[in-house]
Amino acid sequence: MQVKQISIFVENRAGRLEEISGVLEKENINIRALSLADTSDFGIIRLIVNKPDAAVTALREAGFTIRESNVIACAIEDKPGGLHRLLKLFADLDVSIEYMYSFFERHLEKAVIIIRVEDPEEAIQILRKGGAELLKAEQIYAA
Amino acid sequence: MKYKVEYLDPEDLRKLQLDRLRNKALQVYNNVSYYRDAFDRARIKPDDLQTLDDLRILPLTDKETLRAYYPFGMFAVPMSLIKEIHGSSGTTGKPTVVAYTDNDIKVWSEVMARSIACTGGTYLDIIQNAYGYGLFTGGLGVHYGSLELGSAVVPLSSGGSKRQLQLMQDFKTTILTCTPSYSIYLAEYAESLGIDPHETSIRIGILGAEPWSDAMRKQIEAVWNIKAYDIYGLSEIIGPGVAVECEGQDGLHVWADHFLPEIIDPETGKPVPEGQDGMLVITTLTKEATPFLRYATKDIVSMTTGKCPACGRTMPRISRIKGRTDDMLIIRGINVFPSQIESVLLEIEETEPHYQLVVTREGALDELEVQVEVDEKFFSDEIKVLESLEKRIKREIESLLSIAVKVKLVEPRTITRSEGKAKRVIDNRQI
Repeated sequence: MQVKQISIFVENRAGRLEEISGVLEKENINIRALSLADTSDFGIIRLIVNKPDAAVTALREAGFTIRESNVIACAIEDKPGGLHRLLKLFADLDVSIEYMYSFFERHLEKAVIIIRVEDPEEAIQILRKGGAELLKAEQIYAA
Repeated sequence: MKYKVEYLDPEDLRKLQLDRLRNKALQVYNNVSYYRDAFDRARIKPDDLQTLDDLRILPLTDKETLRAYYPFGMFAVPMSLIKEIHGSSGTTGKPTVVAYTDNDIKVWSEVMARSIACTGGTYLDIIQNAYGYGLFTGGLGVHYGSLELGSAVVPLSSGGSKRQLQLMQDFKTTILTCTPSYSIYLAEYAESLGIDPHETSIRIGILGAEPWSDAMRKQIEAVWNIKAYDIYGLSEIIGPGVAVECEGQDGLHVWADHFLPEIIDPETGKPVPEGQDGMLVITTLTKEATPFLRYATKDIVSMTTGKCPACGRTMPRISRIKGRTDDMLIIRGINVFPSQIESVLLEIEETEPHYQLVVTREGALDELEVQVEVDEKFFSDEIKVLESLEKRIKREIESLLSIAVKVKLVEPRTITRSEGKAKRVIDNRQI
């Protein structure tokens, strides 16, 4: 149920993001979801890709500083209130969210919320019991 | 005021220097184990120093020596005779320690009084002393000199520009002592407040503690409508007051009756011909608490002897500092060694000592940016973790160096490696 996320440290300078997308294109890797957190000096790019291991190898070879971590992916109805129901579940179950981002999954016709929690394994158990629709890593990578 | 010794016949000066050197050699031989060992290894006794040139058989003393004997191992008198202890930047976290006896303070006061007088200052002047007071010798050195000369000193210390300008106008101070870059900054700041620097009573600037150029002098003299003089010193020798310019503004007179200068080739250690660049080495002829024979300043200068065509003094003149033999940086008058930054990074477990220092001059003031490579071992996915690390590095470096720095986390390998060795310093200042 855990999904691999790749975080990349990037300095704020022109052309740096383009180098990352260039590496991924060359390796024929598809980006499924992306988020960028930034400060005045640097940023952290978080990626969900279809071939995480190959992406990590290629990005490291290109000299990027990388950290792999596990996140969870929840599917929600792409309708008003969809996200709210999910977040209410998190709140009710007392699972705190460090950060999240989302994308639309066209095969499932659903929105997917990528969520970083402190202990993904524990959160998965709790959320599953609570009725959240958790996606398998393969569902994310394959689509 | 005229100090007769500054006009001594060269032959008499040499006699005075040799007499003092022999006394000093005997004192350090008897009281400082480092020097006793140095004489013994050279197979000579202090009495064998028959000419000033004989000194060259002895090894150089430098910051590393002082570090090895930290804190008090180089003291040549018992603590009961020490009246003051100062420190300057060491090459690691610990400062270089120097001390003063009663007589050392007298000598320091005298050479600083002579330095102020050499620039045209008198007992009638009101000195606005904007050098930092503290462990750094700049503030107190000027202070003692002013007391000795009989001027009125206003001990403002560094910073507090608004108050500097306020009191400059209210007290009608006539001499400004600070770093050259701060004098430019202060003038610009005055203008921004609608104060015309020409309208102040400042007539002389005695500026030092960092390298500057004749272009900067022209700028300072024009913006303030003053005469600006370069002053040189280092805490290991006495503090400010080792050498200063006269009205000729063509080289700094070394007070060679107290400080014996040599210019050597830093590679070979051999003396260089007069007028050629080399490293300034100074022997303290009268210092009691921490006397040093052949102290390697690491400053590159050239030296001219003979009577000064401008003022008639016979004290040798050194050029402005043309460079350093080591990687020391001077940031806003404070000496900074890359190795000090490295020692801070080594103490922070998360970081690798891969760093680079970028120095720029923003307006008139120096800015030091410490770029630290983000290693995979400590790269966190969370912004707040990286930001708190950045803050911690900044706090610890600032507490060691006593100057503000900017810390920036950068990607690994973005820091230029040159010839397999990391290029630690990028100095973009136009001085």
